[in-house]
Amino acid sequence: MTSQKLRVLLVDSREERSAELARGLEEAGCLVVAHTTPSHDLGSVVAACRPDVVIIDVDSPGRDTLEGMRRLDESLARPIVLFTEEGDRAAIRKAIEAGVAAYVVKGARAERVRPVIDVAIARFEAHRALVDELSRVKSTLEERKVVERAKGLLMEKRGLSEADAFATLRRMAMTRGLRLGEVAQRLIEMAEVL
Amino acid sequence: MSASPSSLRLGFIALNDSAPLVVARERGLFERHGVRVELVREPSWANLRDKVHAGLLDGAQMLAPMPIAASLGIDGPVAPMVAPMSLGLNGNAITVSNALFERLRRADPAALADRTRTAHALRSVVLADRERGGPPLRFGVVFPYSAHYYELLYWAASAGIDPFRDLEISVVPPVFMAEALRRGRLDGYCVGEPWNQVAVEEGVGRAVISKCDIWNHSPEKVLAFTREGAERRPEPVRAVVRALIEAARWVDEDENRREAAAMIAAAPYVDAPVSVVARGLLGRPRLGDRVVDLPDFHVFHRHAATFPWISHAMWFMTQMIRWGQVEKPFALRPAASEVYRTDLYADAAREVSEPMPEVDSKVEGEHAEPWWLEDASEPIAMGPDRFLDGRVFDPDDIVTHLEQSPVTRLRLRLDDLATWNP
Repeated sequence: MTSQKLRVLLVDSREERSAELARGLEEAGCLVVAHTTPSHDLGSVVAACRPDVVIIDVDSPGRDTLEGMRRLDESLARPIVLFTEEGDRAAIRKAIEAGVAAYVVKGARAERVRPVIDVAIARFEAHRALVDELSRVKSTLEERKVVERAKGLLMEKRGLSEADAFATLRRMAMTRGLRLGEVAQRLIEMAEVL
Repeated sequence: MSASPSSLRLGFIALNDSAPLVVARERGLFERHGVRVELVREPSWANLRDKVHAGLLDGAQMLAPMPIAASLGIDGPVAPMVAPMSLGLNGNAITVSNALFERLRRADPAALADRTRTAHALRSVVLADRERGGPPLRFGVVFPYSAHYYELLYWAASAGIDPFRDLEISVVPPVFMAEALRRGRLDGYCVGEPWNQVAVEEGVGRAVISKCDIWNHSPEKVLAFTREGAERRPEPVRAVVRALIEAARWVDEDENRREAAAMIAAAPYVDAPVSVVARGLLGRPRLGDRVVDLPDFHVFHRHAATFPWISHAMWFMTQMIRWGQVEKPFALRPAASEVYRTDLYADAAREVSEPMPEVDSKVEGEHAEPWWLEDASEPIAMGPDRFLDGRVFDPDDIVTHLEQSPVTRLRLRLDDLATWNP
């Protein structure tokens, strides 16, 4: 993420306003991969552009689509930054403290925008790490051994890093509605057969 | 946040079932009960939730599972919420694209003609698609923690469809749903009115089953506050509940429904044609090929519709467990009682002489016919509460209920759950 430009998807119903923000983001070293109005198709746009972060107009009904991606399919979850006209800083600070999202206020200068986005991403990653950690703690010792073996297999056969191997297992578990241990067990059995 | 101690900002979403809030405001019921209320239309459930959590709104109309999910900490950080009243029963439907409707008709015309068996027609289509390696059908819901989501899954699973294998489910805001059908981005969706009848009116889809058919007289929206907010300002919260019980009473009178439809359809609220809003409110929705007489399509007051049944909250929690939204076992009844606050309801209801149940929970799904609730301050006429597959939900035996559910996606062990819920 440090070497590459940050991929940003911008969702706003007012084009001239979002054009202004897009310019600011580019100046701040982001790559605006798409800038779209909220529509029935926001989910596909997010899935297609795979942005590092989504900045969305706080008044967009599309927020619920992003919410759905986060809750119904974790692999599609993205950090979200809300873009608002409201200059009520106290209100925004409260919202941020409540842990809901990060906010960018209209007219904020580029150098002010980037740190907000970085904070949003950091918080998102931290939350995801916590979720991972919790599910890891929950696994029984037995399950953990199985997962370790499956991870080792993935690293060896597919040349994945340990983190990527774990992420792959987790994704398989999610999409199949199985426990991590079950997926790992199946993978090991499969490897034995092949 | 509010200007004076007796002034509240309440959020709502543009839907037919914001009726009690709209009516209370239009008819001056909030003022009559000594509270000033500003209604704020929110563009999304996520926004509404965030604003309530952050104190930018004092309370809101919420999807019934939302305050439960927030209190359980499965929808972001743990945020204890309370729901002092229900804002109504029924009111949703499932709509499919014209193309899918034709496929359902060809696959199983008999099942499609019987609303409670429509999912069996869907299953035939799903099996045919799977056979030829086609992509899964795509369905939209309004929020991950919504009655709509659980209804869609319940409907599909009742015919043996595994919604996580056989369907692709995503969240699409109601205002975009008809458009998504038209453009072929969705094959169907579950949403509240007027957004089913909007698609029917525009000729882009057919409603195939209503919430009354999936689980009759089942919970939909609640009034919700943060627990901290409700404790800090009990007086205005109680005044709002009183006003909304009276509003619900008014809107449930047959002769007031037309006037209510006109109020709700207006620009500051739902902003949709009155004729389309009225279909649901008058209990005359178009389902399948014809207009159907469903007087209970929206129930706001009768049949104890404003009472926050603990068993309703426990049903939602059970569905959260069934579909893998909850990974940690917990004791359901105490958790439900912390969110669904029958005590707060009772305080307000007494002040407007509202007949009240003397039990806070009931076995759901036992009544195919109207029945009388005798455990009440006076007997209350109740509506049928049948599930489409005839199953029964006993809140004192959730583990058996989950064990016997046809499709599940559990992320916890039922024996762990059983130790928490003996």
